[in-house]
Amino acid sequence: MSTPIIDARPHERRELIAVLQRMLPAGALLSEQEDLRPYECDGLSAYRELPMLVALPDTVEQVRAILAACRERGVPVVARGAGTGLSGGALPNPNGLLLSLAKFNRTLQIDENNRTARVQPGVRNLAISQAVAPFGLYYAPDPSSQIACTIGGNVAENAGGIHCLKYGLTVHNIQSLQFLTMDGSLITVGGSALDAPGYDLLAFMTGSEGLLGVVVEITVKLLAHPERAQVVLAAFDDVEKAGNAVAAIIGAGIVPAGLEMMDNLAIRAAEQFVHAGYPVDAAAILLCELDGVNEEVSEQILQVREILKQCGATESHTARDERERTLFWAGRKAAFPAVGRLAPDYYCMDGTIPRKHLAQVLRRIGEMSADAGLAVANVFHAGDGNLHPLILYDASKPGDLGRVEELGARILELCVTVGGTITGEHGVGIEKINQMCVQFPAPALAQLHALKHAFDPDGLLNPGKAVPTLQRCAEYGAMHVHGGSLPFPDLERF
Amino acid sequence: MNDAYDSSKELQAQVHAAIHSGEPLQISGGGSKSFYGRATSGTCLAAHSHRGIVSYDACELVLTARAGTPLKQVEAVLAERNQMLAFEPPHLGESATLGGAIATGLSGPRRPYAGAARDFVLGVKLINGHGEILSFGGQVMKNVAGYDVARLMVGALGTLGVLLEISLKVLPRPATELTLVQHRTPDEAIEVMNIWARRSLPLSGCCYDGDRLYVRLCGAGSAVRAAHDKIGGEILANAHEFWQGLREQRHAFFDGSLPLWRVAVPPAQPPLDLSGKWLIDWGGAQRWLKSNADAATIRRAAAECGGHVTLFRGGDRGEEIFHPLAPELFSLHRRIKNAMDPKHIFNPGRMYPNL
Repeated sequence: MSTPIIDARPHERRELIAVLQRMLPAGALLSEQEDLRPYECDGLSAYRELPMLVALPDTVEQVRAILAACRERGVPVVARGAGTGLSGGALPNPNGLLLSLAKFNRTLQIDENNRTARVQPGVRNLAISQAVAPFGLYYAPDPSSQIACTIGGNVAENAGGIHCLKYGLTVHNIQSLQFLTMDGSLITVGGSALDAPGYDLLAFMTGSEGLLGVVVEITVKLLAHPERAQVVLAAFDDVEKAGNAVAAIIGAGIVPAGLEMMDNLAIRAAEQFVHAGYPVDAAAILLCELDGVNEEVSEQILQVREILKQCGATESHTARDERERTLFWAGRKAAFPAVGRLAPDYYCMDGTIPRKHLAQVLRRIGEMSADAGLAVANVFHAGDGNLHPLILYDASKPGDLGRVEELGARILELCVTVGGTITGEHGVGIEKINQMCVQFPAPALAQLHALKHAFDPDGLLNPGKAVPTLQRCAEYGAMHVHGGSLPFPDLERF
Repeated sequence: MNDAYDSSKELQAQVHAAIHSGEPLQISGGGSKSFYGRATSGTCLAAHSHRGIVSYDACELVLTARAGTPLKQVEAVLAERNQMLAFEPPHLGESATLGGAIATGLSGPRRPYAGAARDFVLGVKLINGHGEILSFGGQVMKNVAGYDVARLMVGALGTLGVLLEISLKVLPRPATELTLVQHRTPDEAIEVMNIWARRSLPLSGCCYDGDRLYVRLCGAGSAVRAAHDKIGGEILANAHEFWQGLREQRHAFFDGSLPLWRVAVPPAQPPLDLSGKWLIDWGGAQRWLKSNADAATIRRAAAECGGHVTLFRGGDRGEEIFHPLAPELFSLHRRIKNAMDPKHIFNPGRMYPNL
């Protein structure tokens, strides 16, 4: 990894500024502390760090020149989109340059016939769907932050959303990427056809958290707007029954467009916040959205309501109209900020589990939450097993954040124990770097580092994120060995 | 068929031996796709012995099986629970294995509407070029921990490692399927297939044989009937056989000894001006060409419209089979190969010379 230069070698910082100023337009390089401040964190605000410099290029040539200047000097580069990421993937490196792609905000081409759009990485997720709406098309992945988050960030994190059980993650909905490697090579992966020759580097780049290259152009796939979408809201007096209903719906051969669960604390928070009409005394609610051809949606709604009844739903409602459908979803989409009103701060986890372990995992989270004295609200992409426990705390209380991180770590390790993963869609970033040591044994991490080396031999792109060093894992392991054994000694580590 | 067996230790020992001797391995599953890719030499690593379904939970929509498991067995087990591999992997022979389907990364007629092989891979267990058994991805729908090595293996033709186990997302079989036939000119056929794709229609296949356009609809009965009313056409009686024939290359088009090219282009691309016989699948995105035209001409025509070609069957298997890569991209491929297989023991040259 790089050696610190900001304090140790201030003249080298000045020299880099001088070099970059020559190649960038006025205002595209920030170096004063007050200008750097807005970039000190992303959506994971518990972690903050000022970058050495911020660059805001607006052409590929400028990005290439920045990378060359940084590479020559061994300066790390952290790429950033809108900064909505929840795992600290865009946390600046104090000795590095923060590369904002915010000015790459143009939609370059909409190909209506081939159902693709070629866009720059700084284009907002929702803006793509808005731009192609006149053609009856849309871009499917819809992370909750879609108003603000950029497609470049979506690619870096392989972002999901509430519709990904049926429509997939970012990796399933992009067709081509152009990226610069640290040595300045401009590489295109994927293409205009549905596949491309060679290795599937389109998939490999997606979710690589800015460690392999700087994406400068993206071609996304567009889908025809479904003729109709309808949502059913069901309440349960027991979380396990709600979990069984999810399995029963999928077991019946239905793939809902969205299938979301919220527990009681999340329901009450959301209801207070947006008045979505949620039953506040329910132990859990399910939101099941069906979309597609009109006739099919009608058929499936009847089926789903019958299944919900059989699974013991205390009540279920089909949204009467588009207004009510939007309202049902508004509660779910506002769940994070709603929970945020219950406490000064909240910490969002992102484990994924095989759904059959849901009841067991929620019970354990409840126990761990009680032990830690920290309330946890659960919001769950139930269809695909992606769990978002939100831990409530007060960052101004000394020691609170430490306890939260400890509880969060235990929750993620629980997800791994039942055969799941530490991150379903938010990425590892800096946040879950230690839990990677639980999920991957040393030889697998070494393999990931070797692959990183193939793209970025000097390790200058987003160092310290996503894949922990073996040394870090050794230290983390040493910290968490109790009585000579790891927390889950009989656990197969994968 | 159900003789589950874990031969990972034997396979690993053979990989270790190859690392020490430097003698390359030719990884083989059922041998059904041994014609595919470039001709190579080396000691055979028979992966078909490593077989058996490791776990399958229909309600989770996830199946995990060893790479040598016969594809037929995987599909039969899924069919019992009314589920399927939605990418419709071509078997291209009775002996096809799951590992071979993933290593070649081939997908059938449903691909443009449901997704490709790579879209359904959730995780893999593999032997890398150090002889280590490693797992990447997992058995859950969403997993972004670590680089996506699982999908990197799809279509890599065994050049990066030996697949041991694969976890896949599976999907329910549609309640109803219906195939309609319309007579169309080539230009019309391509145009209409892409107009349909821009509408909310339950499509699951679109193929054109030079005269007849076949469109497969799937889903709830009412939805399929409604779509039939919208797009029209004669109902095809033996539809299942037709789509199977297309997927397995048993359609009469595939007869004869001319080289078979796979031409992948943007789906709405109008017919290409190349001599030979055409069969258009994937709603226009995958076009089969039986032609004696020279490779450079075919490659140029596809590249000009943003596509690429593969010499799928026939021709000189020692020459370039896959579309040549841009120099910087190829050099990145070499570095990736070195990262996974530093001694170059896995299927060297199967995809490209010097890879």
